[in-house]
Amino acid sequence: MSEKKFSKKHEWVSLDGDVATVGITKHATEMLGDIVFVEVPDAGKAVEKEGQAAVVESTKAASDVYSPISGEITEGNKAVADDPGSVNTDPEGASWFFKLKIKDKGEYDSLMSKDEYDKFCKENPS
Amino acid sequence: MEVQKTALYNYHKNLGAKFVPFAGYEMPIQYKDGIVKEHISTRTHAGFFDVSHMGQFFLEGDETLIESLEKIIPADLKNLKVNHSKYSFLLNNEGGIIDDLIITKTEKGFCIILNAACKENDIKQISQFLKKNHKHLLNNDLSLIALQGPKSVEILEKLIPGVANLKFMTGSNFEYEGENLYVTRSGYTGEDGFEISISNTKVEKLIDYLISNEVKPIGLGARDTLRLEAGLCLYGHDLNEKINPVEANLKWAIAKKRKEVGGFNGWEKIKNLLANGSEKIRVGIKPDGKVIARENTKIFSPDNNEIGFVTSGTFGPSVNAPVAMGYVKSEFSEIGTSIQLEVRGKKYGGKISELPFYKKSYIK
Repeated sequence: MSEKKFSKKHEWVSLDGDVATVGITKHATEMLGDIVFVEVPDAGKAVEKEGQAAVVESTKAASDVYSPISGEITEGNKAVADDPGSVNTDPEGASWFFKLKIKDKGEYDSLMSKDEYDKFCKENPS
Repeated sequence: MEVQKTALYNYHKNLGAKFVPFAGYEMPIQYKDGIVKEHISTRTHAGFFDVSHMGQFFLEGDETLIESLEKIIPADLKNLKVNHSKYSFLLNNEGGIIDDLIITKTEKGFCIILNAACKENDIKQISQFLKKNHKHLLNNDLSLIALQGPKSVEILEKLIPGVANLKFMTGSNFEYEGENLYVTRSGYTGEDGFEISISNTKVEKLIDYLISNEVKPIGLGARDTLRLEAGLCLYGHDLNEKINPVEANLKWAIAKKRKEVGGFNGWEKIKNLLANGSEKIRVGIKPDGKVIARENTKIFSPDNNEIGFVTSGTFGPSVNAPVAMGYVKSEFSEIGTSIQLEVRGKKYGGKISELPFYKKSYIK
């Protein structure tokens, strides 16, 4: 598994061959608060880079989750849909949102590193 | 208009509050614990809410004050006993709800608790009916603190002996720190609790005491999930000027005598609705799955006809499921009726549900 890369919309991506795993960052969960609903995409769905791919809702509001990378969904994580609260406890581990088969590794390479993302969050406080 | 702050603003800040603009005030939406924990600690222990943005409107006058107020409020104010409170509304000529309120009879007249967003207009509307010898005051020198939850009585009784004797929807004057304060047994969470009207200069001291008894600060976020589980309406969402008490399923809040005799704004229309029913009515709604049907979600019948809309919807932490309220055509209002909720373009199943979603007995 490759190192994690990060988007400005607060998603993380890791890459294993040509299959990417996508979730939302710890920083995102801290902004959202208590997560009470998650909708993940079904396998086979095509998603565009920065296109809407999943939904996350906190007690406060609903937010779209975008795919930082284009490709075809191979799996949505049913475990987070069944237990939305798990996203608050392990957002960057077991509580990933979906996996997809990517088309263009360049899209992955262009995302932010961990250090760049941390800096981005500091400069763009919610 | 400049954003207003309650006397406790800096206190909230030190408690780690996240603020949002609400009805012209900077109000805490949540503190460090977050909405779900705040909600649960209110239900299991006790929480305090700074609701000082709400209007504390005092009226004084002779017998004619009752006549004046009864023109716009459909409660039986003549027979209301001193220190007793009623939930009621201000009504317009069409019977629409200008605001919902709690009115308490005092020694000299009445105290009305008004919603923050409505209070200026409410006072205008009420003033139309007042006579020269009726005095009125929106008292901004007072804070209003709600203490809610099963431990409220034990905790407050230690500080202010006698509050434990108050019955639900009654109040009394008490002494605290050499000052008079007014406490009612009431609230907006479905829990036992109190609302304490206290001077801005003493309120921090009261909160210090509550916090030392492990009472948590509760923001507007949990206030919303608590009241929705309790089936209570939020003005501007579940109620507005175009909705009347019959549609709002609040006809119980119109005094029996007033239903018969009338004499208040919109009475002709309301009389007719009481006899024949309304076209639409407020109901509780439970989505079948985990999907949250928020405000403005469209409601459909099983055969895909649009039959209504959601006015409040969230996740209910104590119910551990999504809950909502909304308006449907009356023929679909029976408890258990299957409906569909359109969320993000997709239809999800749900059912008309009993209100409240969460029930606890009040102290009577």
